[in-house]
Amino acid sequence: MISCKTTGQRLTLIFLSLFTFCSIHISAQDVAAGKTLFVGKCASCHNIFKATTGPALMNLEERHKWADHKELLKWINNPAGYMANDPYTQGLKAQYGGQMMTAFSDITLKNVDDIVAYINDQVASQGKSKDPGTVNNEPKGNSNAVIFGVISLILGIIALILMQVNSNLKKMSDDAEGISRPEPVAFYKNKIYIAMAAILFFVVGGYLVAKGAIGLGRQTNYQPEQPIYYSHKVHAGINQINCQYCHSSVMESKHATIPSVNVCMNCHKAIKTYEKGPKLYTESGEEVNGTAEIAKLYKYAGFDPNNATVWDPTKAKPIEWIKIHNLPDHVYFNHSQHVKAGKVQCQSCHGEITAMDEVKQVSELSMGWCVNCHRQTKVDFNYDSTGNKFYSIYEKFHNDLKTSELNAVKADKTLTSKDRKFKIDSIMRTVRMDSVRVQDIGGLECQKCHY
Amino acid sequence: MSKKYWQSFGEVNDPENFKSQSQDEFREELPFEGFDDKGLIDAKAPRRDFLKYLGFSTAAATLAASCKVPVRKAIPYANKPENIIPGVAKYYATTYVQDGDVIPVVAKVRDGRPIKIEGNELSYTGGGTTARSQASVLDLYDMYRAKFPLHKTGAGKDAKMEEIPTFEQVDDMVGKAMAAAGGSVVLLTGSVVSPSTKEIIAKYPNLKHVQYDAVSYSGMLLANEASGFGRKIPSYDFGAAKVIVSLGADFLGTWLSPVEFAKGYAKGRRIDEKNPSMSKHFQFESYLSMTGANADERYTHRPSEAAAVALDLLNAVNGTDAGGMDAKLEKGIQAAAAALKAANGEALVVSGSNDKHVQVIVNAINNAIGAYGKTIDWSRPVNYRQGIDSEMNDLIAQLESGAVGTIMIQGANPAYTYFDADKFKAALAKAKVKISFNEKMDETTELCDFIIPTHHYLESWGDAEPKAGIISFQQPTIFPLFKTRPFQTSLLKWSAPAGQPAASTDYDSYFKTYWTAKLGSEEAYHKALQDGVTESPATPSAGSYSGAAVAEATTAISGYKKGSGPEVVLYQKVSIGTGSQAGNPWLQELPDPVSKATWDNYAMISISKAKELGIKLDNDYEYYPHKPTIKLTVGKREVVLPVLVFPGMNADTIAVALGYGRNEAIGVTAAGVGVNMYPFTSFNGTTVDYHATGAAVVNRNESYKIAQTQKHNSYENREEVVRETTLHSFKNHPNVIVDFSNELTEAYYKNANEDFRQATLYPQHDQPGIKWGMNIDMNACFGCGACVVACHAENNVPVVGKGEVLRYHDMHWLRIDRYFVSDEKNEDDLKGVVFQPMLCQHCDNAPCENVCPVAATNHSSEGLNQMTYNRCIGTRYCANNCPFKVRRFNWADYTGADSFPNNRDQKLVGKLDSVIEQMNDELTRMVLNPDVTVRSRGVIEKCSFCVQKLQAAKLDAKKEDRVLKDGDAKTACQTACPSNAIVFGNAHDKDSALTKVRSENPQRRFAVLEQLHVLPNVTYLAKVRNSEEEATNWPPKGSIEHGAEGHEAKGGHEAHKAEAAKGDTTLPAATKPEETH
Repeated sequence: MISCKTTGQRLTLIFLSLFTFCSIHISAQDVAAGKTLFVGKCASCHNIFKATTGPALMNLEERHKWADHKELLKWINNPAGYMANDPYTQGLKAQYGGQMMTAFSDITLKNVDDIVAYINDQVASQGKSKDPGTVNNEPKGNSNAVIFGVISLILGIIALILMQVNSNLKKMSDDAEGISRPEPVAFYKNKIYIAMAAILFFVVGGYLVAKGAIGLGRQTNYQPEQPIYYSHKVHAGINQINCQYCHSSVMESKHATIPSVNVCMNCHKAIKTYEKGPKLYTESGEEVNGTAEIAKLYKYAGFDPNNATVWDPTKAKPIEWIKIHNLPDHVYFNHSQHVKAGKVQCQSCHGEITAMDEVKQVSELSMGWCVNCHRQTKVDFNYDSTGNKFYSIYEKFHNDLKTSELNAVKADKTLTSKDRKFKIDSIMRTVRMDSVRVQDIGGLECQKCHY
Repeated sequence: MSKKYWQSFGEVNDPENFKSQSQDEFREELPFEGFDDKGLIDAKAPRRDFLKYLGFSTAAATLAASCKVPVRKAIPYANKPENIIPGVAKYYATTYVQDGDVIPVVAKVRDGRPIKIEGNELSYTGGGTTARSQASVLDLYDMYRAKFPLHKTGAGKDAKMEEIPTFEQVDDMVGKAMAAAGGSVVLLTGSVVSPSTKEIIAKYPNLKHVQYDAVSYSGMLLANEASGFGRKIPSYDFGAAKVIVSLGADFLGTWLSPVEFAKGYAKGRRIDEKNPSMSKHFQFESYLSMTGANADERYTHRPSEAAAVALDLLNAVNGTDAGGMDAKLEKGIQAAAAALKAANGEALVVSGSNDKHVQVIVNAINNAIGAYGKTIDWSRPVNYRQGIDSEMNDLIAQLESGAVGTIMIQGANPAYTYFDADKFKAALAKAKVKISFNEKMDETTELCDFIIPTHHYLESWGDAEPKAGIISFQQPTIFPLFKTRPFQTSLLKWSAPAGQPAASTDYDSYFKTYWTAKLGSEEAYHKALQDGVTESPATPSAGSYSGAAVAEATTAISGYKKGSGPEVVLYQKVSIGTGSQAGNPWLQELPDPVSKATWDNYAMISISKAKELGIKLDNDYEYYPHKPTIKLTVGKREVVLPVLVFPGMNADTIAVALGYGRNEAIGVTAAGVGVNMYPFTSFNGTTVDYHATGAAVVNRNESYKIAQTQKHNSYENREEVVRETTLHSFKNHPNVIVDFSNELTEAYYKNANEDFRQATLYPQHDQPGIKWGMNIDMNACFGCGACVVACHAENNVPVVGKGEVLRYHDMHWLRIDRYFVSDEKNEDDLKGVVFQPMLCQHCDNAPCENVCPVAATNHSSEGLNQMTYNRCIGTRYCANNCPFKVRRFNWADYTGADSFPNNRDQKLVGKLDSVIEQMNDELTRMVLNPDVTVRSRGVIEKCSFCVQKLQAAKLDAKKEDRVLKDGDAKTACQTACPSNAIVFGNAHDKDSALTKVRSENPQRRFAVLEQLHVLPNVTYLAKVRNSEEEATNWPPKGSIEHGAEGHEAKGGHEAHKAEAAKGDTTLPAATKPEETH
């Protein structure tokens, strides 16, 4: 089951890439739809620009008979049947480790057109700047705070000095005038100063304690050493493997899931050494031997790279990865809610994962952090019928509110102006049609995440 | 004479005391011994101790919290199965089979663990379940299951059980033992409903198969044979019957197939308000059963009179009634007969008797009223019970004679359930090889030499044929937890000739081959497994009615001795049944529908018997769990039982439930709970009788604590919480509820000076999208408790054990309140019983919300009253302010969820029952729903409308880019209900079933305690009994004096509560009759 699926998928992509040729009718097809399909179905085995599990798909229309999308469709729908009397694809199978491409019987001709359009589009824009998909969440104002802190400190010290100077001058002038006053107390014995210092100490100490207590159990920047040095930079960054290829349930389940060994082996049956990539270092700066790390995987999988044909996937042992992103038990978090329904990018919470070797926790994963996002994020509302149809019930309600109730309130002469304003405000709170955010449809309520 | 609703005798007989005692939400002194008037410093636990504890706990908490965060692992599959997504539940159709009971179900499997049972909507049950089938998932994870094959070595006192390491050795040892034993081979089972198993048994050479049912229906089987239909039981269609007469059959609770019957019965009970009509249900019985509680007309008789009542009814139907019964009973029989005759065949008579003669008479009645073919379907006979009592006796005779070499036992436990268990045990000892396939070390299994436990049904392949032509399939939902093997495999292996291929000696493959051949193709087989059920066309019955046996039955019944003195009737509870699932904590903690007692069986006695025994039904009797005990003697058998007194019991009847008094090996849950009453059954020459005459009762003047839940939650005389009337009154005054509601609204606005906002201190909540709501039709709720157990399973509701229930600490999110409706002058004159499921009403103006100091309970934009456990600090103000008493407090660490381990044994709150340990076993905890937080000590919890299911349904809709459909989101109680009494949905959706049922029933729809204006999101439909009586509590239009009485009677404190909640504006006017008259 393992081998069959992935190889199949690889082969699809190879053939798709033959089509770049006829780039004339790109406009007729839907590049966006193609991207969705490509990411969902093809990307697990195929890269556009380089051969992975399956062939690279760039320029696929130039290869074989793939300029004719109908041929391509036949192949994708039924690779085994197609291959039976097609030496070209038989050759591909041999070339890519004897694995057959998975059949995608649900793919239609339109889908093929879209996918090819997407590939061609990507080829055309190759070299241009990459997707700016990620958001820079670096907090700003840090440096300002330091400057302000330093200035306050300096000013405080100056104030202290001036007060001392003042009291000394006063003493001198008193002496000069011959008024005898008690000897001034040294500032460190001055009760006012001591009291102020004590208050300051408790305020700052309390603040730090509270902050520390709030931070208990939070593990931002947590970067444990994993049983295998797995570099997201190499896989997701340099090789551009789609996140969903490995974290396959992210669209369906509350868990994104860590891939099982057989998913790793889909590619690593063929990729046995780490050669071309950049040098890898651990956090402490030691160099990592990529090939040795792949060998660790083989040990878990029970795979002998020198004798690949006898591998029995059922003998594999699971890898005990160390969980980095932990939520308390009383929090319900669902990946599919955010990634599929909410269309949130992985990087929004997990950071620039494609630049990390070993993953570390970037976000705080605190309730305040969640709530902030729920306050700001706009809902995929259905105003112009492109949004999620689920929200149409809200839209209808809003329209009703807006037209009938608002008019009714405005027309109601019996209301005092204060009451009218109150009612209009309360209606408008829910009728902010320009931007409905998660909080407006209950995204800040307790039982959205705690039940 | 007006009718009165009451929940306890204290309320009826001692109202003043009752009121003062029910003022407190939690009726217990706080456990701080030292704090008295002397002040804190002088107290036994002085300030310094307090500071010490405070300091220590702060330090400990800091330490516990600041210790390094534990390293958690994320371990993926080695090879992920293609169709499994971690975190997403899968549903597999299977079949609950227990003692012949069959319910097609769907098991919800989360990450490889079945965690919830739902009904199979494709089946003839329409998706209903029972409490026991809901609870069966917990049996799977029972730590007291037999975990591997055992072999008894040694004899007498040296006997001990040794594990047999492999099944090959098992087969080898059993083979040798059987060969050495010689003699005949007997298989003793409960009723076998599986066709493939029957075939395997039939193929086993020279195997004698005896079916034995703990509670037997052989009287019925034999009677049907005598009436010309063969040894079968027909299908009953309660939905087609306009008149139902039950002679002691608890068909909504425990008789044959309650799920199916409840569904049909509910059909006849629902009312179309435009043209109100409903079926008429007569019940003749000795004690107050759950079915009897739902009857329109109820008549009681002595248990020994059951036969005479049946005969009298036959005579009345035939017009040859000679009378001779008690006047009231006679009147009832005449009324029932008249109704039966008038129904033109759309009528049904059923009897719970196991007496062949009685059942022959019942058949004659059904024939006379033309029920055959209309409400009784012989084309689909049912297989639920097949045991014939005499066969068991024959088996014992054979055992005694030493002719039996090997006896194999599966699904039967005669050492516990047989009327003469000692005789059975002695006989069993004579068999040379004794093999038990039972899942647990029950009373019979203990006596066997080989214990080869079979799978739990959720682990096995299998099939069941509940009715002829209808097959319900079982498929494994989890890999077997223990070293168990289907007993069919054992039979196949032991009967196979040497050298037969393994495939035919293994039940799993046998099953597949069997059904692939039967269904014609592998596709059909897979389809059948996926659907769970297949149905082939019914074949017309071969038999036809013959009245030949009636004369003999009449003569026999006429010869029955008329009983005198106390008599005993034995019944089954909906929760425990025959006792085979007695080790299930959810079932033990499920309150009995009528008595609301948990964790015990007891003697149900009548009010007059109580007086006779000198039991005073004052408030103390009701208020304290201490109940008087009696010694009950029948012949040589005697037993000591606690007593509960009920109205509507036959004066001389003592009713006791079967299924209790189990042995230690069954587990801590069942061991020592209640008393085994099977010894009180007896054999009458043909069948087993479940009643006993000539009993003697002595009050022992001692007390025993019974954990009842009914009194835990009091509405303090506010009767508007329950609405009930008769069909007659409802037709005459259809608008009583509407008028009441209108008057309240008018008064409300009047008092509010027409300014809505000034009238309430509650904020107005907007529901921009969904507004969840629920409607419960009390005409379709019969009190069975399936919803309560479903709620347990879905929401990780903890079991607290008897000790805690005694202290009012039960945790049920959903309870079913029972109200007796009786004549105000004579509480024994029971007019009816109302069952009202009570759960969080999710009030829009929720009184709980504004008293919470930390806003742990607040309102959602979807109309839910949310409870946030991790915010709760446990003040319990909300529970005190809840008018419906639906909030539950975690007094102790019931779930093991506390941060500090071993927090369950606390001196301050007392040691918890050992069942808590069972529920917190690693194995048992596998049943927990991973989507729901397991609550820790010190927080309040309550019904959440299954918010996790609502969220999941919304998410599915969003992911599929579509609008939420009606029925996407269902609560656990709703899906569990066999009669679809509960409707849940979006009240903003104009086409939802909820909106429909609410708009179609304006005259019956009510909100509980509407005068409080808390605006619940749960509505109820008033209960209507089909009676010609005038319901005096159903006043004509314009009068709301009823509410006023309630209000004025309650006086001080709760008025405060209500008015505080309402801003002092609405109540007084709404409940001042002088003004409105």
